[in-house]
Amino acid sequence: MNRTGTGFWHRVFDLYYDGFRNMTIGRTLWLVIAIKVFIIFVVLKIFFFPDFLRQHAPSGSEAEYVARELLNH
Amino acid sequence: MTLLSIDPAAIDWARAQFALTAIYHWLFVPLTLGLGIIMSIMETKYYRTGSPFWRSTAQYWQRLFGINFAMGVATGIILEFEFGTNWSNYSYLVGDIFGAPLAIEGIVAFFMESTFVAVMFFGWEKVSKGFHLASTWLTTLGATISAWWILVANSWMQHPVGQQFNPDTMRNEMTSFLDVALSPVAVDKFIHTVLSAWVLGAVFVVGVSSWYLLRKRHMEFATKSLRVGAVFGLISSALIMLSGHHSAYTVAQTQPMKLAAMEALYKGGTDQPLTLIAGINPFQQPDYEAADEPPLKLAVPYALSFLATNDVNGYVPGIRDILDGYTKPDGTVEPSLDEKIERGQRAITTLAEYRKAKAEGADDSIINCQLSIINSNIQYFGYGYVKDRAQVVPYIPVCFYAFRIMVGGGCLFVLLFLIALWKPALLRGRWMGVAAIFCIPISYIVSEAGWLVAEFGRQPWTIQDMLPTWVGVSQVGSSAVMVTFLLFLILFTALLAVEISIMLRAIKKGPNT
Repeated sequence: MNRTGTGFWHRVFDLYYDGFRNMTIGRTLWLVIAIKVFIIFVVLKIFFFPDFLRQHAPSGSEAEYVARELLNH
Repeated sequence: MTLLSIDPAAIDWARAQFALTAIYHWLFVPLTLGLGIIMSIMETKYYRTGSPFWRSTAQYWQRLFGINFAMGVATGIILEFEFGTNWSNYSYLVGDIFGAPLAIEGIVAFFMESTFVAVMFFGWEKVSKGFHLASTWLTTLGATISAWWILVANSWMQHPVGQQFNPDTMRNEMTSFLDVALSPVAVDKFIHTVLSAWVLGAVFVVGVSSWYLLRKRHMEFATKSLRVGAVFGLISSALIMLSGHHSAYTVAQTQPMKLAAMEALYKGGTDQPLTLIAGINPFQQPDYEAADEPPLKLAVPYALSFLATNDVNGYVPGIRDILDGYTKPDGTVEPSLDEKIERGQRAITTLAEYRKAKAEGADDSIINCQLSIINSNIQYFGYGYVKDRAQVVPYIPVCFYAFRIMVGGGCLFVLLFLIALWKPALLRGRWMGVAAIFCIPISYIVSEAGWLVAEFGRQPWTIQDMLPTWVGVSQVGSSAVMVTFLLFLILFTALLAVEISIMLRAIKKGPNT
């Protein structure tokens, strides 16, 4: 699709717009990327990979928590 | 909850999960780096000649690059999740240092790669030839710079420099960004790793080209691609031999136990030979305390001394020397393990007393005295958690065999490149052609073997001498980590199957002629 604008941002938009429209194998790849990113950031991060220290140490007392872990052995 | 209540199985599962993720992530990185240079060379040929042949050749390799690039996107992020969940003590202790290169990598990857990748794929008809060529090279450069920062972070774990421990915050704080970014280990690791990625990229191009030659399809494309891949691979292989020597030298200086494990060198000395092969049981840690060397050892005289010290008569410490303590050629004494353990325990005990004294508002003179004891022993902090000698010796069979797979594979690829350059007709024959194609999966095994040497050789440390794995790990249950490990195994296998399937389809389709 050729549009008539010649400004820089218009040309940048045009590059991406036409690029995505004319993709062939890229469509499959984007689908795979979207599924993968969803699994990583939504499923894995939220349900399986919590921030351990944030869950176990009150905010601001992380140093005390880690010190207790490391020094009371 | 203290370290005594950590489930040992959780440590193993957390390590296995990290290894699985890193190995999977590394399937994509080397081809991005290696094929990136080759496709840029192809496009440079198009830029200089204006030939449509080179344009379609460059576009073809860029398509394969794009598939690999897309499939690798975000796989490294999972490693950072694992740091926060499974390795929280580690993350807290060194996050200030480790986080900086990772953050820079994220920014570089996002802005540089995502911008120029778009121009490279979408811009053939939109921008000038020169600008497009620059974008292709900058895509490759961006990926290489990203790799630099990741390798800086990894190198810091192998050889921590440029930091100071703050007993009040319980964190290691960066004192010199340049020391971290340009440490000798980081420089060596970057050069060696990137060169190995270039070799893998070259093997990939030679292997794929051989498939077309076997099929008698796209013969001009295959012949010329084969030649570019082989020349590039041969140059990379020559450079990697030099960088390999220098890496061995650096490892000998900074992680002598890793070198001793790679070589199964139980008792060291001067004039040390380099072991070609020996009879080491792959499933059992050898008895390095009793034996002087492994059975059935076949070695090249003086070669290990030369690799490790640049002197054929140089002194190389073995595992027992490192455990018992030894005197270096410059006269400095490396303490025994027992002494390191004692000093590490002193650092830990004094740190606990210091924090208690501070909390109770003790006298400055007491606090300063404790600080002095902490600072003079902090370099052995991690040894304070070691209970016996076996804990600080890496698993020798993996280090030993992975090193030989890496070097042996490198030699095999040199042979492949030589044949591709001087006897390319051989690759049109069935067996040699198939062998060239099989070199593609072998190159991945070889590349991963290099990482096994680096990471198994670092064990038991998450950070060399500073933090053993059983201290860096979180108080997580082994079943939780096991579940996510199995989840990853299924996810990664499925994604890999999809990638290989898309890649094979693109290869079968061939270039647009």
